[in-house]
Amino acid sequence: MSIAVITFPGSNCDRDCVHVLRDVVGAPVKAIFHKETSLDGVTGVVVPGGFSYGDYLRAGALAKVSPIMGALKRFADGGGPVLGICNGFQILCESGLLPGALILNSKLQFISRWVEMRVENAQTLFTDAMWQGQIVRMPMAHAEGCFVAEPEVIAALERNRQVVFRYVAPIRDDAPNGNPNGSTNAIAGIINERGNVLGLMPHPDRSAEEFLGSSDGLTIFRSFAEAALGASRILHQP
Amino acid sequence: MQYPDVSSQIAKQHGLTPEEFEQICNTLGRTPSYVELGLYSVMWSEHCSYKNSILELKRLPRKGDRVVVEAGEENAGLIDIGEGLAVCFKIESHNHPSAIEPFQGATTGVGGILRDIFSMGARPIAALNSLRFGSLDHPRTARLLEGVVRGIAHYGNCFGVPTVAGEIYFDPSYTENPLVNAMAVGIVPINKVIKAAAHGPGNPVFVVGASTGRDGIHGATFASEDLSESSKEKRPSVQIGDPFKEKLLLEATLELAETDALIGIQDMGAAGIACSCSETSARAGTGIEIDVNKVSRRENGMNAYEICLSESQERMLVILKKGHEQKAIDIFEKWDLHADEIGMVTDSKRYVIFEDGAQVAVVPSDHLVLGGGAPQNKREYSRPAELDTLLQFDPTHLPEQPDWTTVLEKLLASPNISSRRHVFEQYDHTIGAATQQGGGRSDAGVVRVPGTRKALALSVDCNSRYVSIDPRRGAQLAVFEGARNVACAGAVPVGITNCLNFANPMKPENYYFFHESISGMSDACTALNIPVTGGNVSFYNESHAGPVRPTPVIGMVGVLEDIDHAVTIGFKDEGDFVALLGDIGPDLGASEYLSVIHGVVAGAPPKLDMDAHTRLIRLLPELAARGLLKSAHDISEGGLAGTVAESCIAGNTGVILTFPGKGRAVDTLFAESAGCVVVSVDHQSWPMFKQLCHEFGVLVQMLGRVGGELIAINDWITLPVSFAEDIYESALPRLLKSKQPVTGQTAN
Repeated sequence: MSIAVITFPGSNCDRDCVHVLRDVVGAPVKAIFHKETSLDGVTGVVVPGGFSYGDYLRAGALAKVSPIMGALKRFADGGGPVLGICNGFQILCESGLLPGALILNSKLQFISRWVEMRVENAQTLFTDAMWQGQIVRMPMAHAEGCFVAEPEVIAALERNRQVVFRYVAPIRDDAPNGNPNGSTNAIAGIINERGNVLGLMPHPDRSAEEFLGSSDGLTIFRSFAEAALGASRILHQP
Repeated sequence: MQYPDVSSQIAKQHGLTPEEFEQICNTLGRTPSYVELGLYSVMWSEHCSYKNSILELKRLPRKGDRVVVEAGEENAGLIDIGEGLAVCFKIESHNHPSAIEPFQGATTGVGGILRDIFSMGARPIAALNSLRFGSLDHPRTARLLEGVVRGIAHYGNCFGVPTVAGEIYFDPSYTENPLVNAMAVGIVPINKVIKAAAHGPGNPVFVVGASTGRDGIHGATFASEDLSESSKEKRPSVQIGDPFKEKLLLEATLELAETDALIGIQDMGAAGIACSCSETSARAGTGIEIDVNKVSRRENGMNAYEICLSESQERMLVILKKGHEQKAIDIFEKWDLHADEIGMVTDSKRYVIFEDGAQVAVVPSDHLVLGGGAPQNKREYSRPAELDTLLQFDPTHLPEQPDWTTVLEKLLASPNISSRRHVFEQYDHTIGAATQQGGGRSDAGVVRVPGTRKALALSVDCNSRYVSIDPRRGAQLAVFEGARNVACAGAVPVGITNCLNFANPMKPENYYFFHESISGMSDACTALNIPVTGGNVSFYNESHAGPVRPTPVIGMVGVLEDIDHAVTIGFKDEGDFVALLGDIGPDLGASEYLSVIHGVVAGAPPKLDMDAHTRLIRLLPELAARGLLKSAHDISEGGLAGTVAESCIAGNTGVILTFPGKGRAVDTLFAESAGCVVVSVDHQSWPMFKQLCHEFGVLVQMLGRVGGELIAINDWITLPVSFAEDIYESALPRLLKSKQPVTGQTAN
């Protein structure tokens, strides 16, 4: 039993996710190359951030046809927990595992900064150690993080409490309502209807140790690892 | 293939002097072929041969206890940081390409320096950049800046390296010739270092990565002449970068380093196949034989001359162990990288090129390269007479402004001081999950060394106004500023890399600045006992408008044994004591104050007591390791007032400073005296703090306390922090927006 972190060509946060899971959470973890076609023995999957396939065509558009994706879809359809971060979120949307799409930031450029988000649903397997309304801090770093979907999809996401994280609090004047990228309803992260696939643009992998400026991201990784492995499989709780 | 006959006239068009051409003919015992002439023209260009700088560079200190690879031995220097690891770092310029095509010029600058690092087996963990542009009043400046910043962001973000620190200055001298210097830093286990040498006759030679196109032919030669109106015609000399491909090359290279199939790697930057083949074989004392027909090309009809001189990006020369090729080929296939076997290592000591079955070049490898046959010229220098006038300028005769608060506001809004948020928010600085941010920003970028508790503190520094008035002192100050920055972050400085941006070296008055800067750098490194591990020389930074200010940029690397000891610049808690380490003197010469308030760039740069300053550099990491510092921020442009304001803005708190002034208020507030640091200390730590300062022989002066919502300095300055922050944060975006034409290009 272990958690898989998938490496696509151009993934560049895969090592960070492995580091957090292995060295900080203390979970058994293995790196899975995108050319593999099986997730046997895997009980949780991280789709990490980066520029898979150089973001050519469209962020996440080429990764969705990678060999590993068949196995990932079966894994998700079977209820296995999947965490998609940044480019991982984009890939999950492109492959239909999550609704909606992520388009170019309203400011039309790459934005790298710390953001604050409100936890809108603390009853998911990823957020059960957080509380409703908790404000968490994580870095974001993306050019295409503006979440959009058909109005009825947005309405359904809101109604079903599938919006898990929402940007809050003005960081600076040029980010109205704390929404850095123009996302619909300031959505930063959503979960699928079944509640086993979470995607978010900010980086829990870069906010899992205090010296980085926040360890809010660790809470997500820990909950995710416990759900994937059962609490007993986690070797140490720092 | 038909090539033109070679004559001294054609050699001249290739940038070779009659003497150089004669030397080539004598060594070969014949007139070189056209392809051979191409090899010589790029290898003996300033860019590759360092022919007009190498004799000076040899005066720099290169030795040190921690040095693993000395300057010049490999593509980048290596310094031992303990636990079996070495830090690999280098800085390089991409000035001329960025002047013509800012986006691509900057991307390929970043790509090139990253390749230098990972081709040695080191995984890049941080990038930095040092940028110089003309005045923001000039319409070109905003366009150049936005293009360069987007280019750096595009490449670094996609490749996946955090851009953790940098500097940007504006000065009219850079209007036509901006400076774009990129630095990369990596970590490698000492026993896994890859050599850039072609050992073992019979071993196969591969080109891995992108295919070869006509882009960048004579890029090295282009970098070795002044910029002119016709430079725009050289746009084909600017290369195009692909960070995605480079990321694949990185992973494949590091995987290859784990196998026993690898002999050596050299990245292809300037002068492509010509340079990598000649340098790897010369370094190993072997020869090399290649067949250009085996090189995959992007375009039809390319001949040997073009193939060898192409500077197409994202290519590596890889020498494998014969019989073990398959292991490497499997790795390249895994990463979807194209690899061509183009030739082999020989024992002939010659670089032989075949095209269509015929030999088109046979040259002794060693004769082409720096340290071998490449020219080493001693250049004349003479001191420009106007320096005396500049040095004698006495700022005390200027009328004093009565309102110091307004002066501080103006300085905080100066493009040379104001917040760089608009720029650094385009760079991914958090990737790698290693960039220290707890507590805020430091004077240096601080990055954890993966798998350890150690961290590196990194900075790039140069005040070119100082250098342009007193080059020796200016270069000393640049090194000490770098050391001060990493020390303020809590690190021990361990080595520097330099990017020496100067004008045409053939003019003795230009060369004076280069010669003196080398002396100053040497003085400072000797005082601090740190080596120069390598770097880059960029001459010919001048245009019809004249030379740029001489700009020897120092890339400084410091080591912290524990990242939790890192110190940031922001004041923290109400009641903390604020103190000054060092002594402020009447050092207004060449200051930002003089430039902004009086429109003057003149006067002697700050005095420098290297002994006292070295003691300060030793003290700071000691204070940090003992947890005695709540914040530390050095005094530079903007003086004490600017430094205090920045610590208030970063810490989102006010400060009340009441201290007896020595000398004039204007000096105390705005002088850029070297070796001065504003620290804050918990009042309970104060006795221990003071004790340690005395032990190290560093002057301490109590200034006041953290608290309130005002920046309050004696009865001189009263400014609400929120107001100061507004000025500081809004200045650069406002200046850029008002000048910026609408452009379509967006980085990804």
